[in-house]
Amino acid sequence: MADETTVEEIETLDLWVSGTEESEIWEDSSTDEGAQRMGWDESEAELREQLGTVIDDDYDLDGLNDDERMIVNMGPQHPSTHGVLRLQIELEGEVVRRTKPVIGYLHTGMEKTAEQLTFLQGPTNVTRMDYLSPLNNELCYSLAVEKLLSVEVPERAKTIRVLMTELNRISSHLVALATNGMDIGALSMMIYGIREREMILAFFEKTTGLRMNHNYIRPGGVAADLPPGWRQDVQEILDTLPPRLEQYDDLLENNPIWVGRTKGVGVITSEECIAYGITGPTLRSTGVEWDLRKAFPYSGIETYEFAVPVGGAGDVYDRYRIRVREIHESLGIVKQAMDRMPSGDYRLDDRKVTPPPRARIDQSMEALIHHFKIFTEGFKVPPGETYVAVESPRGELGCYIVSDGEAKPWRMHTRAPSFYNLQSLPIMMADSLVADTVATIASLDPVMGDVDR
Amino acid sequence: MARLSAPTNLLTSTIDKAARWAQTQSMWPATFGLACCAIEMMATGAAHNDLSRFGMEVFRASPRQADLMIVAGRVSQKMAPVLRQVYDQMPDPKWVISMGACASSGGMFNNYALVQGVDQVVPVDIYVPGCPPGPQSLMHGILTLQAKIMSGEIHART
Amino acid sequence: MTDDPSIPETEAPEPAVRPLPEPGLIRDLLEQFEMAEWHSSSGQDVVVLGADTLLEFAAAAKKGGFESLVDVTAVDWFRKRRVRFELVVNLLSMQHRLRLRLLVPIGADAATVPSLCSLWPGANYGEREVYDMFGIEFEGHPDLSRILMPDDWEGFPLRKDFAVGSVPVQFKAAHKVD
Repeated sequence: MADETTVEEIETLDLWVSGTEESEIWEDSSTDEGAQRMGWDESEAELREQLGTVIDDDYDLDGLNDDERMIVNMGPQHPSTHGVLRLQIELEGEVVRRTKPVIGYLHTGMEKTAEQLTFLQGPTNVTRMDYLSPLNNELCYSLAVEKLLSVEVPERAKTIRVLMTELNRISSHLVALATNGMDIGALSMMIYGIREREMILAFFEKTTGLRMNHNYIRPGGVAADLPPGWRQDVQEILDTLPPRLEQYDDLLENNPIWVGRTKGVGVITSEECIAYGITGPTLRSTGVEWDLRKAFPYSGIETYEFAVPVGGAGDVYDRYRIRVREIHESLGIVKQAMDRMPSGDYRLDDRKVTPPPRARIDQSMEALIHHFKIFTEGFKVPPGETYVAVESPRGELGCYIVSDGEAKPWRMHTRAPSFYNLQSLPIMMADSLVADTVATIASLDPVMGDVDR
Repeated sequence: MARLSAPTNLLTSTIDKAARWAQTQSMWPATFGLACCAIEMMATGAAHNDLSRFGMEVFRASPRQADLMIVAGRVSQKMAPVLRQVYDQMPDPKWVISMGACASSGGMFNNYALVQGVDQVVPVDIYVPGCPPGPQSLMHGILTLQAKIMSGEIHART
Repeated sequence: MTDDPSIPETEAPEPAVRPLPEPGLIRDLLEQFEMAEWHSSSGQDVVVLGADTLLEFAAAAKKGGFESLVDVTAVDWFRKRRVRFELVVNLLSMQHRLRLRLLVPIGADAATVPSLCSLWPGANYGEREVYDMFGIEFEGHPDLSRILMPDDWEGFPLRKDFAVGSVPVQFKAAHKVD
C-alpha cells in the first residue's frame, strides 16, 4: 500500500472506480436521482481501500508509516454478525478505515444440490437459503419454473401466494427490528419482535405444517389450501400488530440513545447503491423509489394498493424506519388479499405438473399413475433459460434456471440480495466509529444462508 | 449461656451429586448460531418459550464463559475448524447439543460443502431432530441433557 | 477440462434478416454491434456475444441506460455444447424498467473474460463467485480470489465434472440403540 501519489495527482484522479473516465458514463440526464457523482472527493486508491480489495491476512503494517493502524477480526463466531459473517476491520484508534467481509462459512452447495433434485423437489432446497423469508424463495423458484413451463396458476393460488409472502415479509422485518434493537442495546425490542413473529409463525405452522422452511409454494400453485378458520387467524394478526407497532415507536422513536446511535450512522448514497447492485430497504433508504412489486409485478401484486416507503438520508435510522413502514404496507396488502380471496383451485389442474387430489387416487388408476410419476421422476420442463426476480424483504431475489428438457434443472442459480448488499458494508463503515459497526451490519439485515447458499 | 447444637437444616449428599446438580442448574450455552436453527434457538430464548425457566437463558458470546455448545445449523467445511476452535476454548466440563438434521447428519445437503454430521468434529451428547427443530424440541433436548448429567449417564469430559 | 470437439458446431440456419427487438434501447445497442445476436427467451431480451466485445458492449449498455448490474453467473455446458462455459450477465435499467441478459460463450481452454468491475463495481462479488465455482478468470478484476470455498480448496464445485461429493448413507449397518 505504498501509495506514491502526490496531492496534485489525487486531485486529478477520477473518483470513480478504475477505468471509467470522468463521469462520462454517469452523465445521464434522464435519471432524477441528482448528480451522478459521488458526493465527496477521494482518490481511486482510497476508494479501493474502502472497497477492501487490498486487505489481506498478512498485511504489512510497516508499509503504512502509521503505527496506529491495526487489523481486527470480527467473527465468524460473533453474536452481532448475524450468523457467520467475518469482517476484517482495519482500525485507526477507534475509527474504522477499511473493512473486508469474508464470507463462505455457511456455504451449503445448494446450487449443486439443486441439480440433483427434480423441479418439484426444488422448493425444499431453495426455502433453506434465506431462512427468514423462505416463502419468497419458494415463490421466486416456482415463478421461474412456471415461466419455463408457460403455465399460469389459478387466481386463488396467486392470492394465497401474495398473502403468505407478505406475512413472511412482516415476520422477516420483525426479526430485523428485533436483532437491530438487540445489537444496539435495546434488548426489549428483541423480546417484542420475536413475540409478534411467533403469532405469524403459528399461522404458518397451521397452514404449511412447519414454522420455517415450509416448502409450501410449489411450481403449479401451493401445496395445500388455507386451513379452516384462517380468516380469524389473519384478522387477529391484523388487529394485534398495529398497536404493537405503536409500542415499538414509543420505545424507540422517543429514545435519545436509539436515535443517537442510528441517525447519521452507516450512510450510503443512491449512486453507490445503484453501482453496487444494492437493492431493498437499503436502496430505498437513499430516496430511490424502487420496488420490484411496482416495477416488474408478479403474482398479480399490481392489483393491490400499497405505497413504497422511501427515506432520504440513507442511514441506519432510515432503514429501520422503512422496515416499520413496510410492515404497515404489508398489513394493508394482507387485508386486501384476505378480502378478495377468490374461490377455486389452489393449484393448477394439470396432471402433468401437479399431483391429483388425494381422493381421486383411490378411484382412478390414471390418477395413481400420475401421482407416482410426479413424485418419482418428476415432470419434464421444456429446454430454455429464464430469470425471474421478486422483491424479498432484503431486495431483489432472482432465480436463474436453465433447463435441458429433463426433470431436473441443468443449472439453478439464485441471485441472493444479501450477497450483493454485503458489498455496501465497506462503503458504509469507512471512516466511522467501530462502535457503529454492529448497528450498520444489523441495519443491512444480511442473512448468511442467503449470502453463502 | 447458649448451648451449641447441630443446625436443623442440614442436607447430606455426595460431593459428586452436588457438583452434578450445580452443573445442571446453571448451564450457560454459547451462542453458536449458524443457520435456520439459530433463529429457532433465538425464538427458544425469547418470549413465548422463555428458556430462562430452566436456568439456561444466559447465552454467552464468549466460549470461555460457556459450558454448553448448541450447534444450531449446517456446518460447512470452511466453518468446521472454527467450530473445533470454539469448542476447544470452552472450559471443562462442557457438553454439545447438535441441533437439527444438518448438524446431526448433513441433512438434505449430502454434498461437497457440508460436514456430514458435526460429530466428526466435536463429541456430541444430544442430537435434536427436526429441520429446524421447534423450540419445544430444543427444550426437550436440553432437559434430556440435564437429566442425563444428573443421573450420571454422561460423564463430564476432561 | 477441455471443450468437447466431438460435438458438432451447431450451424444455425442463417436468417435472411437479422432478428432485432422492438425499437428502443436494446435495438439501438444492437445496431451498434453487428456481432451481437439477439433473441427472446420466454419474453426476456437475451444477447449472445463474444468475450472480446463484452466490455465494449457493456460500456455502451451502461451509457445507454443500464445503470445497474444485477447478477453475474455462469453455466457449464459440459458434453452438451462445443464451447463449454457460458457467462451470464443480468443487467437492469431502472429508468427504463428494462432487463437485458448477456450470454458470453467461453471456451474451457482459455476460460478468461474481461472483468466488468470497472463499469459496475458491484460485479466484484459475482465474478469472484463465478471464479470460485467455475474457474473462469476475469481480467482486470481487483481481487480475484475464492469467496465461498476455503482458500486452499481444490477444484471448482459447480463444474459438471466435479462430483457432488455425497457420502453414501447406510442405515442397514447401524447398530441397535437400546
